Amino acid sequence: MSHFSIFSLARNALTGHKNWEKMWRSPDPKKEYDVVIIGGGGHGLGAAYYLAKDHGITNVAVVEKGWLGGGNTGRNTMTVRSNFLREDSVPFHELSIDLYHQLSKDLNYNLMVSKRGMITFIQSSAVNRIAMQMANTMHIYGAEYRMLSLPEIKQRVPIFSPSENMRLPILGGVYQPRASMVRHDAVAWGFARGADSRGVDIIQNCEVSGIRRESGAVTGVETNRGFIKAKKVGMAVAGHGSVVANMAGLRLPIVTQPLQAWVSEPIKPVLNEIVVIRSYYGTYLMQSDKGEIVIGQGCDPYASYAQRGTFSIIEDATNAMLEVFPSFSRLKLLRHWAGMLDMPFDGSPIISKTDVDGFYVDVAGSGGFKTTPAAAKTFAHLIARNESHPLTENLGLSRFQNGRLVQEGGVSANR
Amino acid sequence: MLLIPCPWCGQRNEDEFMCGGESARVRPDDPASTTDAQWSDYLYNSTNHKGVVREWWWHVNGCTKWFVIDRDTVTHAIQPASEEIS
Repeated sequence: MSHFSIFSLARNALTGHKNWEKMWRSPDPKKEYDVVIIGGGGHGLGAAYYLAKDHGITNVAVVEKGWLGGGNTGRNTMTVRSNFLREDSVPFHELSIDLYHQLSKDLNYNLMVSKRGMITFIQSSAVNRIAMQMANTMHIYGAEYRMLSLPEIKQRVPIFSPSENMRLPILGGVYQPRASMVRHDAVAWGFARGADSRGVDIIQNCEVSGIRRESGAVTGVETNRGFIKAKKVGMAVAGHGSVVANMAGLRLPIVTQPLQAWVSEPIKPVLNEIVVIRSYYGTYLMQSDKGEIVIGQGCDPYASYAQRGTFSIIEDATNAMLEVFPSFSRLKLLRHWAGMLDMPFDGSPIISKTDVDGFYVDVAGSGGFKTTPAAAKTFAHLIARNESHPLTENLGLSRFQNGRLVQEGGVSANR
Repeated sequence: MLLIPCPWCGQRNEDEFMCGGESARVRPDDPASTTDAQWSDYLYNSTNHKGVVREWWWHVNGCTKWFVIDRDTVTHAIQPASEEIS
């Protein structure tokens, strides 16, 4: 792997950009691996990267049915934050922010981290109470989360001009300065390049059709490129968790639901922070580095694998945005997409062993993109050592049997 | 936007309904002899099938009837199913 730097850029510019190396190989699958990861998105590629980097396990394959980062890694809104309610959630998401902020350097790959900060508007005393509870939990783990008065919001967001007739007037806000935006494709590509250079085989267009088991333990995966033997198999798929787990004879406590986002034409910079309106529905907007206004809300309220969503969410969230930013009514919408969330019953991620020995699952839950590096690091720990990382001890499947759920109010869910 | 066939009101906009999840879920008959794993499976796990799923819907902002439809979770095609309770 050649090192990216100002000198490599200059050298390649002078030679007409004809000599850039491929960022990763495209090898044929070997007959056998120590670990096979199913899913070549941020989580799967990241897990392979950390298996090699932290645990020295390099006889690893990542199998991906489509192209790298073509699932939910390409269908999110690039936001990274840690404003959560529970003591199991906050340190996990904090680790993710920490890793994101140093990964560009570690991977020698620019993830275009943009430290914008996030303001959540407070529009009722109930939301105020939850915000203060969140702030207290977060302060315990060293995460900054502070209240903003209306004049402070106006100062930070000059375009903020809420209608006087709002049904729930904005009373103030709560602010997480470390919330960031990260270039989503770069996360997949950076991890892929880092993993490949450490010897991991990344195999695209390789769809898993079965998981072979013998006396309760996994022995490998059936794919459209033949059987691949494996001592351990990690599942890091987005939106198809139940489908793949079913191949191993397992049922998971998840429902697959679409999470939509839509994007305006690009305009000049008007909005620095990520803004959350009506936090109980999770309506949010931000301006991307390209200048588009990105808008989204909680997930659709029923199961779907369709990668598209219901129009009422778009109408509802856009109306909510226009109450606070009336000038955006002139914007034209350009694109729309839906990612598919594997939404666990309590909204929190599942990083766990299963009843099948050697088969591990990483179900991202509501916030797959924001947790990518933390989930990848802790999932690699679980696969390598067959025991949970300390941060994810309470995020396993056992919580659905012992009743210790990690119920999150701060997830992108209408529940 | 889905049009949901309510057996009482006919085809109505999905915004009037709430989805009640898979209808195949059956509460264990004898709680005393049910293991934690069986309870957990009943309470939390779902088939989450990719394809046609039989599920409960509730016409909450209409006639308040509960009924069952077959819905394809990939194409969103809907067929009414026969089971219902009032």
